[in-house]
Amino acid sequence: MILDNMIFQLIMAYIATICFGIILNIPHQAFNVAGLIGAGSWGIYLAMSHLGVGIAFGNLVAAFLISVASLYAAKYKKMPMMIFNIPSLVSFVPGGQSYQMVRNFAIGNTQTAWSFCAQVIVIAGALAMGFVLGELYHKFSLYFRTNFLRKI
Amino acid sequence: MDMGFDKQTHILNACLQAGRILIENGSEMARVIDTMQRIAFNAGVKNAQMFVTVTGIVISIDNHPNAQVASIDHRTIDLDKVARVNELSRKFAQREIDLPELVRLLDRIDNETATFPFWIRFLAAAMLSAVLLIIFTHEYVDAPAGFVVGGIGFAIFYFLNHKFKVQFLSEFFASFIIGILAAIAVKIGLGVHFDNIIIGGIMPLVPGVPITNAVRDLVSGNLISGPARAFEALISAVAIAGGIVCVLNFI
Repeated sequence: MILDNMIFQLIMAYIATICFGIILNIPHQAFNVAGLIGAGSWGIYLAMSHLGVGIAFGNLVAAFLISVASLYAAKYKKMPMMIFNIPSLVSFVPGGQSYQMVRNFAIGNTQTAWSFCAQVIVIAGALAMGFVLGELYHKFSLYFRTNFLRKI
Repeated sequence: MDMGFDKQTHILNACLQAGRILIENGSEMARVIDTMQRIAFNAGVKNAQMFVTVTGIVISIDNHPNAQVASIDHRTIDLDKVARVNELSRKFAQREIDLPELVRLLDRIDNETATFPFWIRFLAAAMLSAVLLIIFTHEYVDAPAGFVVGGIGFAIFYFLNHKFKVQFLSEFFASFIIGILAAIAVKIGLGVHFDNIIIGGIMPLVPGVPITNAVRDLVSGNLISGPARAFEALISAVAIAGGIVCVLNFI
């Protein structure tokens, strides 16, 4: 049952990534790879949340994985990295929480609205932090490679 | 440097053209600067300085009396053009094309790059709404309503943005109409949960590119473009939320 649901969710994330890619007009050679990155990272995020990892750390790891996978995809396909990481991120956007925040502010439930606001900030911050760590990984790998090559 | 004045001007113009196309179509700043620097370097200019922001480019090279400026008036998102300019810059670095050819191909990218036809984008937006509605809310009953509402909302955004070129107003109107359509869909029985249909419907409007670029610009230390893009994303989000709030007041 859980596995069934998981596979269904992976397919959904794959479709969502490709659809967002079409809206952003990414080159059609990149559809499959971007979709796979989106589905894979969403799968890992779901598995982690099943294991009881909180939303902040889950989103951070997912964003880091998207960033690193996009880096290698960009090298492999010889295309800019943003073609892969922006569409892949679409399943992680805190859309539901943002909407609930706005709605609760609008109808006067300020207390509830602030708690949703905190969730949105945590998720967005975790995603941004994951991207920053991905950039850091990129810099480290460059440094490592040049130093390694210089030694031998 | 014994380079002719005309040649230098040609190099400057090629750099400006490439940078302008990249910024207009949603590239991050580090890539813009990198691409312009590479084009200048491969054309034989060892020392090019540039100042790049989201609304304009200034570039100057040594021994050339004039700095050149390009202003950027409208920005859209078309990552295909970014990829093509990237590929062109790589070809130029490998000496597969020369400078006049580069300028000609840049012009061609600017004017003739094919985009997906509107109906495919429309279907993609509709599909995106339905799929994300299922992912976010784990409910299937509202997916058809999300499909219709999200598609129509995106179509309205697309047409208003092409007609008037005021992105924030287009987002406001599109989300306003998404809210009204969601209310109608619940009333006539096409959907069940008003909230879920709206969550799905506004997803194609989410400013994903400005947010991601803001983070990457800030990480690379660009303190002008990073906050500017973050602000752009914030205004978009406020416009979308404003449209929804207008509808919520009547429900």
